[in-house]
Formats: sequence, C-alpha cells, structure tokens
Amino acid sequence: MDFVQNFPAVSILLCLFAGIISSGLKKNAARFLNRILLLTELFLNGCTLGYVLRTGESYVYVMGKFPAPWGNEIRAGVLEAFIALFFCIIMLLSLEGGVKKLADEVEKEKTFLYYVLCDLLLASLLALVYTNDLFTAYVFVEINTIAACGLIMIRQNGRTIEAAARYMIMSLLGSGLLLMGLCMLYDLTGHLLMSNIKEQIAVISEMGEYRIPLLVAIALMSVGLSIKSALFPFHAWLPDAYGYSTVSSAAILSSLVSKGYIFLLLKIIYRVIGFELFCSSRITDILFLFGLMGMIFGSLSAIRENDVRRMIAFSSVAQIGYIYMGIGMGTQAGMTAAVFHILSHAATKSLLFIAAIGLTDVSDGSRQFIKLTGAAYRNKWAGVAFTIGSLSMVGVPLFSGFISKLMFAQAAVQNQMKMLPALIVLGISTILNAIYFMKTVIRIYTPVEELKYEGITFKNMKIYAAALVCFMVLNVFLGVSSQPIVDLIEQGLAMFS
Amino acid sequence: MGANLFNNYGEAVAMILFGIGFGNLLLQSNLIKKIIGLNIMDTAIYLFLAEKGYIAGRVAPIVTDGVQDMEAYINPIPSGLVLTGIVVSVSVSALMLSITIRLYQRYQTLDLDEISFRLKKEGL
Repeated sequence: MDFVQNFPAVSILLCLFAGIISSGLKKNAARFLNRILLLTELFLNGCTLGYVLRTGESYVYVMGKFPAPWGNEIRAGVLEAFIALFFCIIMLLSLEGGVKKLADEVEKEKTFLYYVLCDLLLASLLALVYTNDLFTAYVFVEINTIAACGLIMIRQNGRTIEAAARYMIMSLLGSGLLLMGLCMLYDLTGHLLMSNIKEQIAVISEMGEYRIPLLVAIALMSVGLSIKSALFPFHAWLPDAYGYSTVSSAAILSSLVSKGYIFLLLKIIYRVIGFELFCSSRITDILFLFGLMGMIFGSLSAIRENDVRRMIAFSSVAQIGYIYMGIGMGTQAGMTAAVFHILSHAATKSLLFIAAIGLTDVSDGSRQFIKLTGAAYRNKWAGVAFTIGSLSMVGVPLFSGFISKLMFAQAAVQNQMKMLPALIVLGISTILNAIYFMKTVIRIYTPVEELKYEGITFKNMKIYAAALVCFMVLNVFLGVSSQPIVDLIEQGLAMFS
Repeated sequence: MGANLFNNYGEAVAMILFGIGFGNLLLQSNLIKKIIGLNIMDTAIYLFLAEKGYIAGRVAPIVTDGVQDMEAYINPIPSGLVLTGIVVSVSVSALMLSITIRLYQRYQTLDLDEISFRLKKEGL
C-alpha cells in the first residue's frame, strides 16, 4: 500500500483534532491553527487527487482491522478527491474574505468557537465526501447540521436565532427521513457498506422481490437529502439563515453545506442504488419537477426582494433547482452538468456574498437597494467582483455559469421527454436571473452627486481584495478551461460505478 | 397483505409513530411540542431497528456461561445502530432546547410563528 493512500483518513482525523485543540485556544491562535489546517488539507487532498489520477483507479481504505462486510471503509476516487480539494479552497477563501466582518459581528471571547465550528464542519464535509459506509455518512450528516447551525447562530440577534431554529427543524425532518431510509435499506440487504449494499440490491431487483420497500427506501433518502439541501418547497429557512448570519457563514453554508448533501445523494445514486435502477424508479421525475419549480420561484422571490443579501440567498434556491434538474434528467450528461454546477455555484455564490458585504459596508451598513446606489465607486474591488459574480450567475460566456447552463441545455437535448420543459424553464430562469442581477449591477454603478464616503482602496483591505481576486480567477478558470474539469468529472462518475 | 401487517405489527407501530412524530415536528408551532415530535420520530426509528434485529427465542448478544454459538444470540448490529442514533438524537435535542431557551428569553413566547411575526414588525 502506498503512503499517499492514508491521506483521506488523515485529513478527516486532522480536522477533528484541530477542532478539539482549537476549543482550548485564544482567538488568534485558533485562527492561525485553522489556516494551517486548511493549507494542510489542500496539500493532502491535492496529493490524493494526483495519486488517483496517476493510478487511474479508485481505492478502498479499511478503517481499523475488520475487513469488508463488517468494518468501516473510506473510498477515494477522482471525483471524491477533487470535490474535497475544491471544498477546502472555497472554505479558505470564504473565511479570508469575511475575517474582518467576523471581528465586527461576533463577540471577541467567542471568536475561537467560530473556528472550532469551521474545523468540525470541514471534518464532516470531508467524511461525507470520502466515506463508503452509509451509517457513518448519517452520523456526519448530523455533525454537519449541528456545526452549520452554530455558524448561523454565532452572530447573536433575534433573526439569526430564529433562522437557526427553522434551519434545525427542516434539517431534522430531512435527517429523520434519511435515517429511516437507511434502516430500511439495511433490512433489505443486511449491509451498511455502499459496495455490499449495491451487490445485494442487484440480486434483489433481479429476483423481482421487495419492489415497493426498495422504492420507499430510495424515495425516503432522496427526499430527506433534498430537504436538507433546501430544494424548492423546503427553502423557508434559507433567506434568513443566509441573509443575517455573518458573511463567511453565509458563503460557507450556501456553497459547501448544501453541496455536501447533494454530493452524498449522488454517491447514494451511483454507489448504493445503482444509476439505472435509480433512473427507472421515477424518483428522478419528482426531483426534476421540483428543480424546475425552484428555478422559477426562487428567481421570482429574488426579484421581489429589497435587501441585497436576501436576494442572493433566494438566488441560491434557484441554483439548487438547477442542480436537481440535472440530477432529475436521469442521464449521464445531466449528472455531469449537475456536478459541474455544484462547483460553479460554489465559486460564484461565495464570491457574491463576500462582494455584497463590501458594498453594504460603504453604504452605511444598509442593505437596502436605494442606499447601495453608487457603491461600486466607493469600493471598486467589491464592485468589480459583484459584477463578475452576477455575469457568471446570468450565464455570460467566459464565466463558469455559462458552461453549466450550456451543459444543462446539452443534457436536456439528449432526453426526449424532458427536453422541452427543461429548455423553456432554463430560458425563463436566465431572463429572471438577468433581471435581478443586472438591476443590482446597474444600481451600484449609478453615480451619485455628492461623495459622502471615503473611497476604499486596495491598501486598507488587502486580505479581502486578495480573496475576491482569487474567487474571480477561480470563476474565470472554471469558465475558460472547463474541458479538463468536465473530463475529470466524467472520469470520476465512471469510477463511481 | 393484511396477514403480513399483523405479523409485523411492531414495524407497523413504528411507522405510525414515525408519522406522528414527523407531523408534529413539521406542523406544530410550539417549539417544545416540535422537540417532543422530534423525539417521537427518532424513537420510532429505534423501535423499527430493534424490531428488525430481534430473532424470536434468542437473547441479547452478551456472552454468558461460555455459550459461543452464533445461533443463541440476536443480530447485534441494529442494537449498535440504535445506540449511535440515541447519541445523535440526544445532542440534537439538547441543541434544539438551547435555541428554544434563547428565543424564550428574548420574546417570552414559545410560538415560532409569533416570533417570526414580531421579527417582521421589528424590521431588523
């Protein structure tokens, strides 16, 4: 066994230990440890990605001494390592971009707790990405929920506590359904490891037995995970949670937490149930339908919104709808597009959140549109970043959003039944996106007569500007050189089954 | 179908309880009732697991009197899952209760809809 094969397990354990150690540290030390941890994670996951790309096949890492049907396992393939690496990058940039705001909004003696929560969140995300055991996945889903709830609540005001309560309630409904589905699947197959369950499900479905229980189990797990990732009718908690929490939390929640659940759903589709069986179960149609509804209603709510942070939050609902539409198409191309959109949305949405905070800061801290007039002249970096994020969301070529829309459209054409609704809704949604994002961009570039505020230059916000630049580069990189990444995703998905 | 339902009455009860808990967690507006719903839902899942792991005529998998025979004991894995699940559900309930206390201290009410209404009026 090569030494590199230990890295996924080590990366999860490192996060857990860092979380424990941080709980006894002072504010700056905890922040320092968190940065060291994230850089180490980048290195470890990068090495894992390099290793699996070189060998060209995934490998299974046994945790502990018990072999396959009994023990616990980690599995690393191209897609897992790539997503883990990407999550680490986004988390690092989101934290750097929001660090100044964090100091303003969170009580000093509680700041170290923020880093404890971030470390634990990263541990649970990595575990969700790498695990090969369904019950382990469930436990880390719950850790993820608790850490995310803490990230919402760490800024103390009435709104965030209420948002956290609503978030917890929705998440608990979702994880209850997920757990029930897992238990049923365990009863049907007698296994908890993904690969073993898949073998048994193949046997069961060949014999034609337990049709309905299997369908119910699949439905429970899909619905549970889609509730947790805020698919359209279950998004009531989302605007408050993203709109009022501190900005790093909003960026992390929208771009990582919900994506972690979607990635787990993808793993369940490919590694547990089997792609063909899942597509023939008609659950794809339901996900497709709700995805389409989310795309339209999320955008409509965003247009009506008068608060820029809440507007971006509602736009997340629409983007989650895109991802579920891709999954719902039930084709390989649709899945590839969905995974690409996970990346593209993660890079764009955190950029938008962090740029928006720069704009509101130079407008008396008000988030109302009317106050934002001309904000881009007062904070040039944030203005440019917000514009790039908006263009990417609308789907202008050169940016990542364009590629994902193109891929969704290509995937839709391949599916006779779903082509027309998908293309129509994609068109409508793009127009709606353009309405509310371009409205904001025009407003922030509308000149105002008197300049009451000092302009902010690069000097007094080096870290913030650097984070924004990194996000923009990432966005353009995803948009310009998409082909290698798409190849990577296709290779990874092929490795899944 | 009917006979199956009667033979597996434990699972049927678990499912009904799950529905009750789920409905309470979703629909009640009182936070404490929501948490009770959450606990009913989780307990229903444990009942389901315990019911599935039990094999009539066998005992809990703790070796006593040196009986090593596999046929003497029930399946231990569902019991392990139940234990893990209980740990998760305890921590989640504790977190929910602490959020409830915070909200009650601020707004002197447990009604989530009322709290949302007041927040809108505050216009924060």
